[in-house]
Amino acid sequence: MELYELTIHELHEKLKKREVSSVEATKSLLARIDAVEEKVKAFITVTPEEALKNAEAADKRIAAGEMDLLTGIPIALKDIFLTEGILTTCASRILSNFIPPYDATAAARLKERGMVLLGKLNQDEFAMGSSTETSWFGKTRNPWNLECIPGGSSGGSAAAVAAQQAVATLGTDTGGSIRQPAAHCGCVGLKPTYGRVSRYGVIAFASSLDQVGPITRDVTDCAIMLGAVAGHDPKDSTSVDTPVPDYLKALTGEVRGLRIGLPREYFIEGLDPDVKKAMDDAIATFRGLGAGFVEMSLPHTEHAIAVYYLIATAEASSNLARYDGVRFGYRNPDARGLLDMYMVSRDEGFGAEVKRRIMLGTYALSSGYYDAYYLKAQKVRTLITRDFIDAFESVDLILTPVAPTPAFRIGEKENDPLQMYLSDIFTIPVNLAGTCGVSVPAGFNGDGLPIGLQLIGRPFGEETVLRAAHAFEQATEWHKRKAAI
Amino acid sequence: MKYQAVIGLEVHVQLLTNTKIFCGCSTRFGAEPNSQTCPVCLGLPGALPVLNRRVVEFAVRAGLATNCAIAPRSIFARKNYFYPDLPKGYQISQYELAICSAGHLDIDVDGETKRIGITRIHMEEDAGKLVHLDTMEAGEKSYVDLNRACTPLLEVVSEPDLRSADEAVAYLKKLHQIVVYLGICDGNMEEGSFRCDANVSLMPVGAGEFGTRAELKNINSFRFVKQAIEYEIERQAEILDDGGKVVQETRLFDPATGTTRSMRGKEEAHDYRYFPDPDLVPLVVSDDWIAEIRGTLPELPDAKKARYTGEFGLPEYDAEVLSASRDIADYFDACVALYPQAKPVSNWVMGEVLRALKEDNRAVADCPVTPRLLTEMLRLVEQGTISGKIAKTVFDEMYKTGKEPAGIVEEKGLVQVSDSGAIEQIIDEVLVANPDNVEQYRGGKEKLFGFFVGQVMKASRGKANPALVNELLLKKLKG
Ligand SMILES: [Zn+2]
Repeated sequence: MELYELTIHELHEKLKKREVSSVEATKSLLARIDAVEEKVKAFITVTPEEALKNAEAADKRIAAGEMDLLTGIPIALKDIFLTEGILTTCASRILSNFIPPYDATAAARLKERGMVLLGKLNQDEFAMGSSTETSWFGKTRNPWNLECIPGGSSGGSAAAVAAQQAVATLGTDTGGSIRQPAAHCGCVGLKPTYGRVSRYGVIAFASSLDQVGPITRDVTDCAIMLGAVAGHDPKDSTSVDTPVPDYLKALTGEVRGLRIGLPREYFIEGLDPDVKKAMDDAIATFRGLGAGFVEMSLPHTEHAIAVYYLIATAEASSNLARYDGVRFGYRNPDARGLLDMYMVSRDEGFGAEVKRRIMLGTYALSSGYYDAYYLKAQKVRTLITRDFIDAFESVDLILTPVAPTPAFRIGEKENDPLQMYLSDIFTIPVNLAGTCGVSVPAGFNGDGLPIGLQLIGRPFGEETVLRAAHAFEQATEWHKRKAAI
Repeated sequence: MKYQAVIGLEVHVQLLTNTKIFCGCSTRFGAEPNSQTCPVCLGLPGALPVLNRRVVEFAVRAGLATNCAIAPRSIFARKNYFYPDLPKGYQISQYELAICSAGHLDIDVDGETKRIGITRIHMEEDAGKLVHLDTMEAGEKSYVDLNRACTPLLEVVSEPDLRSADEAVAYLKKLHQIVVYLGICDGNMEEGSFRCDANVSLMPVGAGEFGTRAELKNINSFRFVKQAIEYEIERQAEILDDGGKVVQETRLFDPATGTTRSMRGKEEAHDYRYFPDPDLVPLVVSDDWIAEIRGTLPELPDAKKARYTGEFGLPEYDAEVLSASRDIADYFDACVALYPQAKPVSNWVMGEVLRALKEDNRAVADCPVTPRLLTEMLRLVEQGTISGKIAKTVFDEMYKTGKEPAGIVEEKGLVQVSDSGAIEQIIDEVLVANPDNVEQYRGGKEKLFGFFVGQVMKASRGKANPALVNELLLKKLKG
C-alpha cells in the first residue's frame, strides 16, 4: 500500500509510531499529484516547496512529542480560502494575480495543528456552479470517469480526495458545493451548520449561505477535520459561540432507536433508478442496524431553488462589487477613465456564469423589484427553515439522495443553466435552513459512477449526523472502492 | 408670489472613537496614506466586519440627548454603488431599522422656541479619499487613501420642519453643541467631522403640499449653510415665478461664489439596492445598557442654562454664554463649586478669562488660571486684600505665570491701602498739584470728581481702597 492511499487516522497512526515521516508521506502525495494531475486537473496551484517545509516542521513537532491528529497530514484547500503569500484566485481571472496578505481562519487553524499544505484546488468560478466547468483555469475531471464532471463547486476538493492527490481537503458549500461533488466522487463531504465554522478569509459568494466543510475518504477523517476548523471566531460576527464537541467520540456505531425521516418531496418520480435503488438499499441497511423510518413532508421544498437563486445571487451581486480593478486583481491596462476601467476589467475578469448571477442578483435587489423578489424570497426561506424545525420535532435525521443523478458528462449541461441549477435540488434546502448535512458513499451505478446519500441533521447536530454516517459506512463497503486512474 | 421654504437637514457626525466602526484600525487624522488600514477596511476578499461596541454607545448617547427612541433591535444594510474610494463597492449603513428614531430638538429663533423633529439617527462607515494629481511626470492620475474608510459616522436626519435659513443654522448649531457636549465628536467642520446636506423646497404660502426639493451638498460651515439655503430659496423662487418647475437633483454649494450648481452625471436617481448586510447579525441593545449609558450623559446645554438662570439667578445672557460650550460650562461650574457666588464668577469668566483665552487662542481646558486660582483671587477681593482693579493685574500675572494670587500680591506689593492717613496724604498731594481743578470743582464743576479719583488711584498705583478714596476725597474737596 502506498502512503498516498492512507486516511488521516491511518497516516496519523504511522506518524505517531514513527513508521513514516511527514516528509515521506508528503513526497508520496506530491508524486501522486505529478502522476495523475494531468488527467484530473484538481489543482490550480500546487505548492511543493511549502508542503515540504511544512512537513519538516511537522516532523520536528512529532519528534518533540507535540503532535495533533493533523500534524504532518498533507491537505489541500479549495482556492476560495485565503492563504497568506500563496496565490488565491477563486478560479477567476479577476483574481488571477491575487496573493493574499492574510490567512483564512479555517486555513490558519489547520496550520496551527501542523497541516502540510499541498496546494489550492480548482472550483467553479466564485463557487458558482455544480460542475467545476466555470473555472478560468480549466475543467476538473471526475477520477471515476474522466469524461464526467466531478461536481461542484468544490469539484477540485472532491476529485483530489478521490484521486488520492490529498489525504483530505476543505471545500465550501453554498447550495450543495461540498455534498454534491463528494457524492459524485465517492467521498464523504460535510456541510456544517451555518455559523459552526468561521467564514473569515473565505471569499464570499452568498454570505448567508456559505459554509466551510471537509471532504474526506471516510467519516472518521471528516470528524477530525470538522473538529479542527469548527468554533467561534471573533472576526466573523455570524460564527456562533457554542462549544465544539469531540466529534470522534460521537462515532459510536450505534444508531438503534434513531428516527430517520424520508421526505416525500425528495423521493419524486423521475429520480434516477440507480439513485433510487441506492437509497432503498441504504434504508434497508439502517433498518438492519436498528434505526426506524418515518415518511414525512418538507412542504415548501418546491420553492427552494427559486428562493436560492434570488438570495444567493442578490448577495453575490453585492459581494462581488469589490472586484473593480482599483486595489487588487485584474485591471485592463488600456482602459481609459474610471467607468471604462470598471466595465472592461469586470467584463474581462468575470466569466459568463458569474456575470449571469451578478445580473440576476442586481435585478432582484432593484428598486421596484425588491419586495417582489428579494423580500418575498426571504419570507419563503423562513417557511423552508420552519419545515425543518417542525420535522426535527419528530425525527432525528432526514435521509435523502444528494443529487438526482450520478455525475453527468462534461459539457452536457453547460449551456442549460436551468438543468444545471436543478442538480442541487436536494442540497439547497439545507443551506437555506442553515442546518447541517453530510454526503456519504452509498453505491455505484452501472457505469461505475458513485452515488451519495445525504443525512440532514438539526442545527448543531453534527454529532448525530456523523454517528449515523459512520455506522452506515461501517456496515457497507462503498467507501473502500478506489477510483482507477 | 410669496413662497414658504421647507428645509430638512442631514448631518454627518464623525465619531471620536479610537478605532474604526468595523475593524481595529486607528481613526487618527492626518497619518501617512493607507497606513491605517487592514483587510477589513481595504475591502479585501474574505474580510468581514465586526461592529465596534463604542460606536453603538455613542449612537445611543446621541439618541438619548435628542429625545429619540432607541431601537431594541436594529439592522445594518448595504448601500451599493461603485466609487474608487468605496473599497467594498458598498457602504455599510442602516436603512430600514435605524438605532434611533422619532426625536426632537428645541431651537430659539427671534425669541421664540420651536421644536424640530429628528426622523432618525443611524450608524454608518465613512468612505476613503481620492487624491487627484495632475503633474508633468505623472500625467493625470488619481490615488486612493483608505485611512478614513470605515471610520464611524452618525447620520442625523431632521424632519422637514425648518422654515428659514436662520432656523436651519439654529438647529445645526444646537446639534453641533450637543454632540460636542456629549464628547462623541470633535465638531471640527473644516476637517469634515461635522458636515451637512440640506434639502430645500418651496411651496406657496398657505399651501399644504411640499414642492420639489433640491439636495445641497458640500456645506462645511454655519455661514455657508445660511448662504447656500438663502441662495437656493432665491433660485427656486425665480424658477417658480417664471412658471418653471424645480428639478429634483443634487446641487453642490460653491463657497467661492456663494451659489449652488447642479452636479453633472448624478441626475439619474441612484438605485442603491439596499438590503440587510448578511455579514452582521441584528444589533440588540438591552434596556440595561441604555440605562447605563443614560447614567453617563453629561448635563446638556438647555439643562445647564435653566440651572444658571434658576438656581444661580444669572441673567439669560450670562447663562447662554456660559453654557455655549461644555469646556466653559465645566470651568464655570468648577469655580462656583469652590466659590459659590455665581455672578462675580460669571463676570470674571465671561470677561477676563474668555478674553485672555481668545487673545491667546487657547482652549478653556488649557487655561493657566485654574478654577482654584481664579476663586482664590476672588476671595482676596472679597476680603478687601486687593481691589477689583488690582485683581485684573493679579489675573494677568496668574495667566502668564500660573502663580498663586496671594504670592503675586505679596511679591508685587499689591495689597490694598486702607490706611486713611496714607490715603489722605496722597489726596493732599493731588490737590496741591492741581489747584485750578480744585477751584473749578469748588466753583460747581462737580464732574471733575472723577478726575481726582483717577489721579489718586494713579498715584497709589491702584492700591488705594476705592471706597475710602471716595469718602476722603469728598470730605477734603468740600472742606
Ligand atoms: Zn481596518
